[in-house]
Amino acid sequence: MRAWIELYVQQFRTTFATMLQYRASLVIWMISQVLEPLVYLIVWSTVSNGSGGSVGSYTARDFAAYYLVLMIVNQITYTWIMYEYEYRIRQGYLSFALLKPVHPIHSDISDNLSSKLTTLPLMLIVVAGLALIFRPTAVFIPWAVLTFLPALVLAFLVRFFVEWTLAQAAFWTTRVSAINQVYFVLMLFLSGQIAPLSLFPAPIQIAADILPFRWMLGFPIELLLGRLSPLQALAGLAAQAAWLVASLVLIRFVWRAGVRAYSAVGS
Amino acid sequence: MPPDPNRGLGAFDIITPMPTPAIHLQDLCKTYVVSEREAGVGAALRSLVHRRTQEITAVDGLTFDLAPGEVVGFLGPNGAGKTTTLKMLSGLLHPTGGDCRVLDHLPWKRERAFLRQITLVMGQRNQLVWDIPAADSFDLNRAIYRLPLADYRRTLDELTDLLDLGPLLKKPVRNLSLGERMKCEIAAALLHRPQVVFLDEPTIGLDVTMQRRIREFIAEYNRRSGATVLLTSHYMADVEALCRRVIVIHRGKLLFDGDLSDLVQQFTAHKTIVLQLEDCQANLHAYGEVISCEDGRFTLRVPKAETAHVTERLLADLPVIDLLVEDPPIEEVIERVFTQAVP
Repeated sequence: MRAWIELYVQQFRTTFATMLQYRASLVIWMISQVLEPLVYLIVWSTVSNGSGGSVGSYTARDFAAYYLVLMIVNQITYTWIMYEYEYRIRQGYLSFALLKPVHPIHSDISDNLSSKLTTLPLMLIVVAGLALIFRPTAVFIPWAVLTFLPALVLAFLVRFFVEWTLAQAAFWTTRVSAINQVYFVLMLFLSGQIAPLSLFPAPIQIAADILPFRWMLGFPIELLLGRLSPLQALAGLAAQAAWLVASLVLIRFVWRAGVRAYSAVGS
Repeated sequence: MPPDPNRGLGAFDIITPMPTPAIHLQDLCKTYVVSEREAGVGAALRSLVHRRTQEITAVDGLTFDLAPGEVVGFLGPNGAGKTTTLKMLSGLLHPTGGDCRVLDHLPWKRERAFLRQITLVMGQRNQLVWDIPAADSFDLNRAIYRLPLADYRRTLDELTDLLDLGPLLKKPVRNLSLGERMKCEIAAALLHRPQVVFLDEPTIGLDVTMQRRIREFIAEYNRRSGATVLLTSHYMADVEALCRRVIVIHRGKLLFDGDLSDLVQQFTAHKTIVLQLEDCQANLHAYGEVISCEDGRFTLRVPKAETAHVTERLLADLPVIDLLVEDPPIEEVIERVFTQAVP
């Protein structure tokens, strides 16, 4: 256990030192993380103001609350592994990882966490600033806030494992960006990114319940904003847990197959 | 079966036990399947429907052993299968045939106990994190290999001393020169004191002084740690300085395995005679092939079997000031090995 902690601490130091070298690109990345939800927020506020004050159950200030929480949840759960993996394989960096006596996913998890720890304070400041402008509704129910934390952790894990598994596609194809594109479109519509899922027609909502995307982003947001009943919250946590198990099984399987393919061809 | 200490020696008992080889290859093969197509749009479209594949045999039945502590040069022209072999031995590639064992492990299983005991240095690739000082990457390796702090410090001090890393460790890796970076790469690869070291072109692109430094270091590391070293290099000076034994492969097949001096004997039919004459205008074509002559200094190439006879005649016939019989340079020998091997 101590060895694991030490590994994560060292990886944190490495990531932190590297990030300090790239302050400018970090800020640019951050701006895009804020800008996209901000655009949706402005569009939806305008629409709801134009259609008698609300769309579905969301007023303009509800939309503000939704998208500001989305910024934070997305900041905590997003990964960049799918952009990186192909490069890693083609350039042979994966070989170095395979020569090491630890599974490479550990360095990716700790790299992700360390990057988040450094950028999250900045994101919170940005969100606080935006809150002053957009004046979101803020009604917090204690049990919902408490359940939000495990839901957020599960969302992070599910999203991380799903995207890490998807990144393994680079073992078999050079057209990873096409796969990523499909994934991002599904994510956009089925996770609650472009709009709260309750505004979609029923079939899409059913699809979102079955697929993993909602459990990686939309669910914790709705939970924190008190839009779910205790039963819905419980069902959501169960769905997250189920996807966690499924993604862990999948990751093992795909990783093994990927390494087998890699060691047949090399880089 | 463990020997029974109470039993006397029988007639067939082997008294000196054979040491277990550190590295063992038996008929090791690696075949790649690659898709191929001709240039042009038409060919590209055709390949969408029907993909033609071709099997390429990179390693074709290699058999050899390395004893613990040996330093062996692994030679061959580009594409001979050297890197493929090293990758199979370090567990990055799965063999398609035959058997290989390193420290009694099957490398492709990549067991932790195995990975902790080996290292692979690739001269053309870097494992150090580009933007931060090497010292930080070293710390990360310490955590990855779970090295006790005291051991780690001792090893790092030793490596710092041997490779003269002191002033380099605190600079971001991207600010180091190629040679400095290579020294840090090698140090990073050896922090866990591996017993088996694979070096793939560790001196590539380095200047002569830096090559010599790295070479001396490898020899010293081998002396101190007793590690088994398998090394590929295009610089014969590396091989001459480090390896008594060389293994030469070509097109995936073993061409030669033995002492470097035997390689020279086996593959050279000629010797060179360098002589200094008083008479600068002498015509020596009757004695052998004249390779060069300037200011009375002649270099002759003669068939090995005739060396003694020609030398005798030269001394008898001409006003010789100085005479030297040499083997051709090792580069020339290696070149001959490869050209002879081509069918």
